Amino acid sequence: MNTVLWVVLPYICLTSFVVGHFWRYRYDKFGWTTRSSQIYENRLLAWAGPLFHFGILGVLVGHALGLLVPESWTSAAGISEDAYHAVSVSGGTLAGLMTVTGLVLLVYRRRMTPSIFRATTVMDKAMYLLLGAVVAVGTYNTLVINLLGAGHDYRADVAVWFRSIFVFQPDAALMAGAPIAFQLHALLALGLFALWPFTRLVHVFSAPVGYLVRPYIVYRSRDPLGAARAPRRGWERVGS
Amino acid sequence: MRVMAQLGMVMNLDKCIGCHTCSVTCKQAWTNRTGVEYVWFNNVETRPGLGYPRTHEDQDRWQGGWVRTSRGRLRLRAGGRVRRLLQIFSNPRLPGMSDYYEPWTYDYDTLLNAPAQADVPVARPKSLITGEPMQIRWSANWDDDLGGAPEHAPGDPVLKKLGDRVKLEFEKTFMFHLPRICEHCLNPACVASCPSGAMYKRAEDGIVLVDQDGCRGWRQCVTGCPYKKVYFNHRTGKAEKCTFCYPRVEAGQPTVCAETCVGRLRYIGLFLYDADRVLAAASVENEHDLLEAQRSVILDPEDPQVIAAARAAGIPEDWLDAARRSPVYALTNRYRIALPLHPEYRTMPMVWYIPPLSPVVDVVRDTGFDGEDSSTLFHAIDALRIPVEYLAELFTAGDPEPVGRSLRILAAMRSYMRQVNLGEELDESIAESVGMTGEQLRELHRLLAIARYDERYVIPAAHVEAGQSLEELAGCSLDYSGGPGMGGIGPFGEVSGTPASVESFHLTKQRAESDRYADLPEGRGAVDLLTWSGEAPPEGLFPPRRDNGQPGNGQAGNGQGRS
Ligand code: HEM
Ligand code: SF4
Ligand code: SF4
Repeated sequence: MNTVLWVVLPYICLTSFVVGHFWRYRYDKFGWTTRSSQIYENRLLAWAGPLFHFGILGVLVGHALGLLVPESWTSAAGISEDAYHAVSVSGGTLAGLMTVTGLVLLVYRRRMTPSIFRATTVMDKAMYLLLGAVVAVGTYNTLVINLLGAGHDYRADVAVWFRSIFVFQPDAALMAGAPIAFQLHALLALGLFALWPFTRLVHVFSAPVGYLVRPYIVYRSRDPLGAARAPRRGWERVGS
Repeated sequence: MRVMAQLGMVMNLDKCIGCHTCSVTCKQAWTNRTGVEYVWFNNVETRPGLGYPRTHEDQDRWQGGWVRTSRGRLRLRAGGRVRRLLQIFSNPRLPGMSDYYEPWTYDYDTLLNAPAQADVPVARPKSLITGEPMQIRWSANWDDDLGGAPEHAPGDPVLKKLGDRVKLEFEKTFMFHLPRICEHCLNPACVASCPSGAMYKRAEDGIVLVDQDGCRGWRQCVTGCPYKKVYFNHRTGKAEKCTFCYPRVEAGQPTVCAETCVGRLRYIGLFLYDADRVLAAASVENEHDLLEAQRSVILDPEDPQVIAAARAAGIPEDWLDAARRSPVYALTNRYRIALPLHPEYRTMPMVWYIPPLSPVVDVVRDTGFDGEDSSTLFHAIDALRIPVEYLAELFTAGDPEPVGRSLRILAAMRSYMRQVNLGEELDESIAESVGMTGEQLRELHRLLAIARYDERYVIPAAHVEAGQSLEELAGCSLDYSGGPGMGGIGPFGEVSGTPASVESFHLTKQRAESDRYADLPEGRGAVDLLTWSGEAPPEGLFPPRRDNGQPGNGQAGNGQGRS
């Protein structure tokens, strides 16, 4: 059972994540977009969009630090466990609260604005369900367990397990010993990763950082491929 | 000098009757799909009026275009790159649906299915956005022909700039129509705003396009364009804009709006310009100098140096020839009567306008004077401050001099040609008074008034020798919601039908020029009225003939001969 949950499942989900993105990019560039709903509704988004996004980007940075940087490194750098805990819990709490508030507003806006609700796909709903669950359990871990409760040093088990996956020496026993809420968070996140490439979340991977360095005006020559290109989604020929 | 070619358009506003044919045919061709119901690549505004989307010229509010910084550099008005990215999660300057209008249909079903009853059933308007019954409160031309002007016209941002001087006395007011498409700017702010680099200017002909596969829906281009001519497809989540009907112009045909224009007031041709000088020209300090700066970027196609540089840049000979015969170059730089729309946005727009003399002529005639007498007209142009200043706010960043000059030329042409037509003795001083010769006035008259088809449109076909083939749009008229072109809601969202299909250049041309249905390849289910030349039954409208005779190559009926 542990092997299935913490070895087999992660690889299935991550394969879906990687192969899915590759496939989607090849097959459905036309569908690769934020599908912005701002034209329908402006006032709530002005708060919800930045709150959620700055929050979740903070959360991502936090996860990268927490999961990818081994405890031995931070202690070698002279950062005590207490100091690390203080920074991670306070930063995590702030980012988590921003994310949760933003997310609640986003979902509320999506449900209550008739035009947006009408433009919501099944995939959107599934995505929000999973994303909401991941964020909810994650916030619970930070707030209830680590901030208010006794705390759990996830860097001793969850993080080590996470890294073990990427070096292809998965260690299921580490996760089996983690608190149930941490287990749940990891499982839900795996589910979200599996679904990721098939949702609007693909927009995360086209974050336009290149804009900062490219020249303002872009010139291109006429498409030299033309008819040689196989029709893709959204570009099918009419009447053939 | 880096010579590049640019397709440009000139519109002669005196001739626009505000019939909206251009808007409707454009919509039929390009934007009759779900997601772009509210999108008008071509729209016709009544001025004074709010425009579409409402008050889009108010750049304090919408922050479109460029500004010159104190250090003399250009910056997007809405903010530099970092600022754009920080505001990407919610764009504070994006027009909402209410600034355009909520598109609707009618509940026709009740008309057809109503039981026998005492009252006549009515088809109520239903929102295409929410599907709910709605009140129609605005549309793309709600203030057409000054409808509701006492209420709406004071909101016109251009009128506001004229300030207190304008008391809108409606019995004395003036009116004209302003058809607008994307300007295919030399310094396009939309392209500069696009974070993913999906918007681009075509190197060959300067047409500004959105790569539908590259667009990620960051919707910054909508803010960037000061003319609000990039629209957001709210179903596909991608930006769309006027394409200058590239599949048609590549085949040497005018755009749909130009081809169908009832007033025959549109001119399409080539500019050659110096790409190295664009930025400097767009950055000149005094807004009143922008018009001349813009003209100076455009190169004289007769100049041997320009020709040599153009050849070196790989511009083919037939394009150079077309540039020499270009009606748009003649109107902007040779006669210098066409003016760009809002040069103060510093995007170097490439759709130019000949300002309308009619507001002046109307007043002169209404007051009992001779509306074709040059000195009366000249006097009126100087005396009628308000129309001239209004036009100046539109076309010259507020400088009345160039507008006055264009109007005086039109007035001179009017009275000179009356003398010609009536066989009177010609008064050459009329021409001299506007710095032209009688011969030039006749040429101008030929171009503006007679306006033969092949003089209005000098469009060199695209070059395909390199094995390139072109995309064309086909059969989009069938792409009504849920129709054959519509993908419907799939797992990833909605497909917006088919903006363009892949087709060879030769097929387009052959179809457009063919006079026999049998010449054309079979089996295409869609009736394509867009590329139909009018010379033969449109392809696909009737079932194929049995005796599919010899496939001749119909050279006879191409559009060139029409006038
Ligand atoms: C990295 C840079 C990112 C950028 C530039 C970005 C940008 C955007 C933009 C422009 C929208 C459209 C908002 C609108 O107008 O409706 C959007 C929506 C959304 N983004 Fe992001 N995003 C990023 C990262 C993320 C991440 C990391 C997540 C979550 C894991 C995320 C989740 C979402 C969701 C759920 C929506 C839909 C909001 C709605 O209900 O309309 N984004 N994003
Ligand atoms: S007018 Fe056209 S080319 Fe110019 S900024 Fe707007 S969309 Fe871009
Ligand atoms: S079709 Fe021609 S005359 Fe009619 S509104 Fe358009 S530009 Fe004006």
